[in-house]
Amino acid sequence: MDMDWINAPHSMGTTIIGVTYNGGTVLGADSRTSTGMYVANRASDKITQLTDNVYLCRSGSAADSQVVSDYVRYFLHQHIIQLGQPATVKVTANLIRLLSYNNKNTLETGLIVGGWDKYEGGSIYSVPLGGTMLQLPFAIGGSGSSYLYGFLDQAWKDGMSKEEAEALVVKCVSLAIARDGASGGVVRTVVINSEGVTRNFYPGDKLPLWHEELPLRNSLLEEASSEAEPMHA
Amino acid sequence: MGSIGTGYDLSVTTFSPDGRVFQIEYATKAVDNSGTVIGIKCKDGIVLGVEKLIASKMLLEGSNRRIHAVHNHAGMAVAGLAADGRQIVARAKSEATSYENTYGEPIPIKELCERVASYVHLCTLYWWLRPFGSGVILGGYDRDGPQLYMVEPSGVAYRYFGTAIGKGRQAAKTEIEKLKLSEMTCREGVVEVAKIIYGVHDEAKDKAFELEMSWICDESKKQHQKVPADLLEEAKEAAKAAQEDMDAD
Repeated sequence: MDMDWINAPHSMGTTIIGVTYNGGTVLGADSRTSTGMYVANRASDKITQLTDNVYLCRSGSAADSQVVSDYVRYFLHQHIIQLGQPATVKVTANLIRLLSYNNKNTLETGLIVGGWDKYEGGSIYSVPLGGTMLQLPFAIGGSGSSYLYGFLDQAWKDGMSKEEAEALVVKCVSLAIARDGASGGVVRTVVINSEGVTRNFYPGDKLPLWHEELPLRNSLLEEASSEAEPMHA
Repeated sequence: MGSIGTGYDLSVTTFSPDGRVFQIEYATKAVDNSGTVIGIKCKDGIVLGVEKLIASKMLLEGSNRRIHAVHNHAGMAVAGLAADGRQIVARAKSEATSYENTYGEPIPIKELCERVASYVHLCTLYWWLRPFGSGVILGGYDRDGPQLYMVEPSGVAYRYFGTAIGKGRQAAKTEIEKLKLSEMTCREGVVEVAKIIYGVHDEAKDKAFELEMSWICDESKKQHQKVPADLLEEAKEAAKAAQEDMDAD
């Protein structure tokens, strides 16, 4: 019996996205962690805090991305103590990419760094597989991102408000979840601006349906214990 | 005026009974006997100036520079033993580049100063090292604006609006205090620094001197550079004229 998936490494198929808006940054991600075909965690949190004002979206190998984020959190902490003020998103992104680049042969993780600092306001840096670092007004990553390039070419605009940016992020992740088997679960967002950080959670029933998807049903257990309707043809 | 510390001054790892480390004080004397070095922070940047005493007429003009660029955005003027000063500058350059390689941004001037001060202090902790016989004035422009720091041979460093070290420091500091630095641009500051240096230069005791100046300001695009030749000439002329006015009285 082909049970490779039991021992396959945890990978986050993933859709991750970061978007800057007028005044801050919104980060978004799906919540599926898979080992092969098995969903190891259907409610994972792929948006990790590095410091008060800078967060990281992780994709690719779960282990690799966790280790990189742990190292950077550690270095940043010391840097902040030495500097005596909050870290900037740029410095954080540089630390991430040095680790990513210098260990490119061992690591397999695509990362999006996003946050707010008093010098640049909201900013996003993309650090994909090889360890390049690119500052962008918005960035996408993970297997689900393939389905978003065309969409964002049309839907992205500069100078969005916080609400518009977050709505765009949620729409993007839910579109990707609909098409990408390795992305799924809930949509988590993190909004970072001068006032602080807000975490939001969008469960399946709050997401729009796409492309003749079936509406969300409660668990089969609930179905079985209640008067279930006969299945339709 | 310090006292001699017979018996307690042989090693930098020895305290005197009244809590002084004489070796560090002697190192400071080396700085005090050198040509005057001035730094001021104007509203749009920093100006550094050095009274470079010329030991011999055979020396090429513009050689033996006392002001060094540490990085694009920072410069250092040294007083005291020249070779010691060169070491400090080399260390500052190295710290600046290594910070930028790690953190991806130019080193904040405060951080640079702390690293230099910590290095200078390090050399006062071990008996097999001697303290640096030079003090430096560090001027730079980072994202928090222009900043001026001074590091002494003891490793102590403070941030200043204006400061001076070397022979004429007392007189220079008095003159600097009279200036309204927060209203002055660097262009004006260059002229003022030139006047002060010409003013504190002791014609009787010291021979000829060469005026070396640098700045880092909005006009220099926040880069550390030598004061442009035409402005330097203008400053020298103004300083000489001011001297004649004083002599005429």
